[in-house]
Amino acid sequence: MGSSINEIRNLTQQDYKWGFTTDVEDEQVPRGLNEDIVRLISAKKGEPEFMLQWRLKALRYWASLEKAQAEPKWANIHYGRIDYQNIVYYSAPRQRPGLKSLNELDPEIRRTYEKLGIPLGEQERLAGVAVDAVFDSVSVATTFKEKLAELGVIFCSFSEAVEKHPDLVQQYLGSVVPHTDNFFAALNAAVFTDGSFVYVPKGVRCPLELSTYFRINAAETGQFERTLIIADEGSYVSYLEGCTAPIRDENQLHAAVVELVALDNAQIKYSTVQNWYPGDKEGRGGIYNFVTKRGKCAGVNSKISWTQVETGSAITWKYPGCILQGDGSVGEFYSVALTNNYQQADTGTKMIHIGKNTRSTIVSKGISAGHGQNSYRGMVKILKGAKRARNYTQCDSLLIGDKCGAHTFPYIEVKNSSAHMEHEASTSKIGEDQLFYLQQRGLKLEDAVSMIVNGFCKQVFRELPMEFAVEAQKLLGVSLEGSVG
Amino acid sequence: MSLLKIRNLHAEVDGHEILKGIDLTVNAGEVQAIMGPNGSGKSTLAQVLSRRELYKVTAGEITFNGKDLLAMKPEEAACEGVFMAFQYPVEIPGIGNAHFLRSALNAVRRYRGLDEFDAMDFLPYFREKMKLLEMDDKLLSRSVNEGFSGGEKKRNEILQMAVLEPKLAILDETDSGLDIDALRIVAQGVNAMRSPERAMLVVTHYQRLLNYIVPDTVHVLVDGRIVRSGGPELALELEEKGYGSIETETRQAAPASV
Repeated sequence: MGSSINEIRNLTQQDYKWGFTTDVEDEQVPRGLNEDIVRLISAKKGEPEFMLQWRLKALRYWASLEKAQAEPKWANIHYGRIDYQNIVYYSAPRQRPGLKSLNELDPEIRRTYEKLGIPLGEQERLAGVAVDAVFDSVSVATTFKEKLAELGVIFCSFSEAVEKHPDLVQQYLGSVVPHTDNFFAALNAAVFTDGSFVYVPKGVRCPLELSTYFRINAAETGQFERTLIIADEGSYVSYLEGCTAPIRDENQLHAAVVELVALDNAQIKYSTVQNWYPGDKEGRGGIYNFVTKRGKCAGVNSKISWTQVETGSAITWKYPGCILQGDGSVGEFYSVALTNNYQQADTGTKMIHIGKNTRSTIVSKGISAGHGQNSYRGMVKILKGAKRARNYTQCDSLLIGDKCGAHTFPYIEVKNSSAHMEHEASTSKIGEDQLFYLQQRGLKLEDAVSMIVNGFCKQVFRELPMEFAVEAQKLLGVSLEGSVG
Repeated sequence: MSLLKIRNLHAEVDGHEILKGIDLTVNAGEVQAIMGPNGSGKSTLAQVLSRRELYKVTAGEITFNGKDLLAMKPEEAACEGVFMAFQYPVEIPGIGNAHFLRSALNAVRRYRGLDEFDAMDFLPYFREKMKLLEMDDKLLSRSVNEGFSGGEKKRNEILQMAVLEPKLAILDETDSGLDIDALRIVAQGVNAMRSPERAMLVVTHYQRLLNYIVPDTVHVLVDGRIVRSGGPELALELEEKGYGSIETETRQAAPASV
């Protein structure tokens, strides 16, 4: 089996394909973080006073945590101290203000998106995808705004939402993830520079998949975007985000916040394909992906589904969760997390059952290869008033090779005896017998590995919108190249 | 020209020598049976022929269709036309049987420079093969071998063989775990695949299977060597006398080798 291990190792060591940089002129603020920087960011964005005050409050809170060295330490991840004063907190491609159409976009940026395979042109309408693209920290183009506007759907950059829909922003900003939620959420609240905003009005079923692509381009910058999605009564929206970054030797920080609010009978489906630069084979460089995502099922019978495919980043720290407040509301979390080479992931979900007859489903698939360390961390909390709440958790780990690790940390807290909880977990190794079986039928080793891994992830992939499921499968194959040993 | 030629084959697993000098020639169109007691090396021979790396060849050579089989990886041997029906077919959760079979067929077709089958071409081709084995359509959409009964798994193996149309089919203990009806159906599928271009190597412990798949030649493998070869009647003799008698004969005939 020796030579096939070597082969698998070669397979899993393929290079990151999205590692190009784009030469655009950046507009940056000085390194470091203090009140002046926050005021500068807010001023550059021409924000109203309430935003500035909100940011400053967050900054003060964050500074107190920093001073107390209260950066979270409980996750099963290891990294050197981050020097928060050595990060550039705002970087924007310099461009003419107020783009009227995509044609006005910097051609270099457009080329970047073309390399990424994100068509910002007419093609998307055919694909039924509306794209908001965030480059470094600023949203550069939002397509199909007009078509969506006819239905009353607002899909724009966060900056534009602050300018044009300040009431909605003020009402919901921080309502699901307050600035006091955690260290990174506080940091984000202070310095976030852009992101996406979605509002779907009562009874509207959003006809397009809404999509945002995030890309970190400039060196030594952090990316701090913030997404807010509000689904009003009886509405439906499906939203997808994808991310890439160029290859850099140093680590870059990405601390985003996503807040979802579903009112009565509304549904939000949020899908992520995360492919930030994972670092090289020795574990140098790569993105620290420290992200807070949470949805609130505020209304009765509302539903929020998170689907994530996490293949990138040197370190992933994220727990997209649901607060099931409305009676009969439903939360779902479907996750594939892959760690190869020296990647580390500590990811999972939180399901907080508050309302009666609330239900949650968790399906987590962790794949570890190379020296990768993969932890599932999940919390299911049934509060006192949550009568007849139900949770189903399934948590599977697949190991490829013998130098990687899989860990599971489930927390279950039940305060109401009528709750119904199920938890299943498994750990398996990709088997020589499975590989040989597929090879005996003519499949190459790499295709055999990819087929077995895809089969393992099936339950999650089928939750993704069709075109992204295909992309996710390919990404998984590429990300695995070079890791079994 | 002989399709398969094995000369002085020695092979070991985990440092234990299992095959101790096998010579065997199989021509296209022939069905040859390898019989022998447990632990005689029958399955090892099948695994070596399909190039499983756990089985290490220490001496000898194998020519398949004029090429050096021992230089091939498992998938190359498969694409060249070596097929093994597994004694214990493996489950692949989450991968639909039809998708798997089409991927395998297309891998083989690509290797041979043929056009790949798309889903539309594939389905009728596939259905026709399924009929041969009296298989339920439901098995198409289920995950590969997952939750299949013993009989369904073995039928699925023969279905794969029918789809991939190999030059050499090795049936490794295909009769194990089959009831008499399933055995009949499997044998029917195998017999339908007999052709002047195709050779089959039927590895079995019991004579029973050979009532349904009648071989041209029967070889008896004992302790890593072929000790007797003959026609189908040899299988009947074994059934009657058991392997013990042959083992005794062998020991008497070759005392020097111990």
